[in-house]
Amino acid sequence: MEGAAVLGRLGAGRPQLDWRVATIRDVRGETPTARTLALDVRAWPGHLPGQHVDVRLTADDGYQAQRSYSIASAPESPGLELTVERLEDGEVSPWLTEEARPGDQFELRGPVGGYFVWQASRGGPLLLVAGGSGVVPLMAMLRHLAAAGGGVDARLLLSARSLEDTLYREELERIGDGIAAVHLTLTRGEAPPGWRGWTRRIDAEMLAAVGPEPAERPLVYVCGPTGFVEEAARLLVALGHAPGRVHTERFGPS
Amino acid sequence: MPPISRGFRRRRPTEADPSRLPPGQYETRDFPVLAAGPTPHSPLEEWSFAVGGAVGEARSWSWDEFTALPADTVTVDIHCVTKWSKFDTSWTGVSVDVLLDGTEPWGEFAVAWSDGGYTTNLPLADLTGGRAWIAYRYAGEPLDPEHGGPARLLVPHLYFWKSAKWVRGLNLADHDEPGFWEAYGYHNYGDPWKEQRYWGD
Repeated sequence: MEGAAVLGRLGAGRPQLDWRVATIRDVRGETPTARTLALDVRAWPGHLPGQHVDVRLTADDGYQAQRSYSIASAPESPGLELTVERLEDGEVSPWLTEEARPGDQFELRGPVGGYFVWQASRGGPLLLVAGGSGVVPLMAMLRHLAAAGGGVDARLLLSARSLEDTLYREELERIGDGIAAVHLTLTRGEAPPGWRGWTRRIDAEMLAAVGPEPAERPLVYVCGPTGFVEEAARLLVALGHAPGRVHTERFGPS
Repeated sequence: MPPISRGFRRRRPTEADPSRLPPGQYETRDFPVLAAGPTPHSPLEEWSFAVGGAVGEARSWSWDEFTALPADTVTVDIHCVTKWSKFDTSWTGVSVDVLLDGTEPWGEFAVAWSDGGYTTNLPLADLTGGRAWIAYRYAGEPLDPEHGGPARLLVPHLYFWKSAKWVRGLNLADHDEPGFWEAYGYHNYGDPWKEQRYWGD
């Protein structure tokens, strides 16, 4: 594990993470099960790419529920954006992805987490590996890199069930044009006509093809469901990547 | 007053015993996995557990020696800072009291350290008095690497990041030193009943 240097830039103090009121400014559908919420947050202190927030919803009977969501927007963008995937038996994500509309309010606090963070000042090469909605915190890194004008060898491998389930499709095409090498693999169903990406689960051959070589000592960030992250991290270490440079963020089934 | 999130209502069944659920937590039946890096796989023949630092006599055990020590099987509730709690989890392992017996500790603080570089800090008082174990079995089976096997620290009365996975030793000290997550904004002590998730909570 490396990277304590990032922390210094968060400020030397130990700021309290207060609950703040977030007002939904806009909602955008991303896939059939995910959408992005653009928020206005009073006195938002700013964040680093890769960090997350805690969201707290309050019902009219006083019942509250908290969950964590990754920040999708770059620090440079004016508002705070979360992309949320709906979980079948979830409690908070169904409200965020189906019920919530502009003007609605909830609470959030953050930013949380200082390890799964990348800034252009850390340099590259940069390898991002995402399973499904695990691409959200990595998108914050890519948007940050785009805002910085690129200049870092950055590569993304995104594994999704289908093209329809792939978050940020059009924006990733633009990012693939000059900012980062973008590779997609689809794991379920038929590939669309003319598909030039992969159509299988990630494996060692795919990771080797995406690169960069372990000898270049890339900073690696892997995010997705537990099984995906376990497998990707195991393959990366077996390929020769230093375990201390492989940052992981797993989300469980619950 | 927090704002009401229009149309939001409880969806989870209410059978979870509220007296067992700390504030801001929800009950899960799964066993989610969280770690900052790849899961290490250390062979048992290279595994050892060490007690060192501010002790009169440092000790270390091989895997065979360790698993021959008197063990407890305990059933406890665990609480992760990412909001899930899991009730009635069953673990087998060696009480830290057994490991410290005869080492004459003189520091009041401890850092648990692990394969992969992870550390977490705790007051020694939270590791003693039958409140902490080095666990190597879960639900009667050898502990999965994903969940911290071959052995992890188990301190169920604190948030679960304190229960270091892949633990290899305890270093005692006369001063408190933040561990891995504690340096990245997570609370230094981590009492779930006081909702001590982050700095300043």
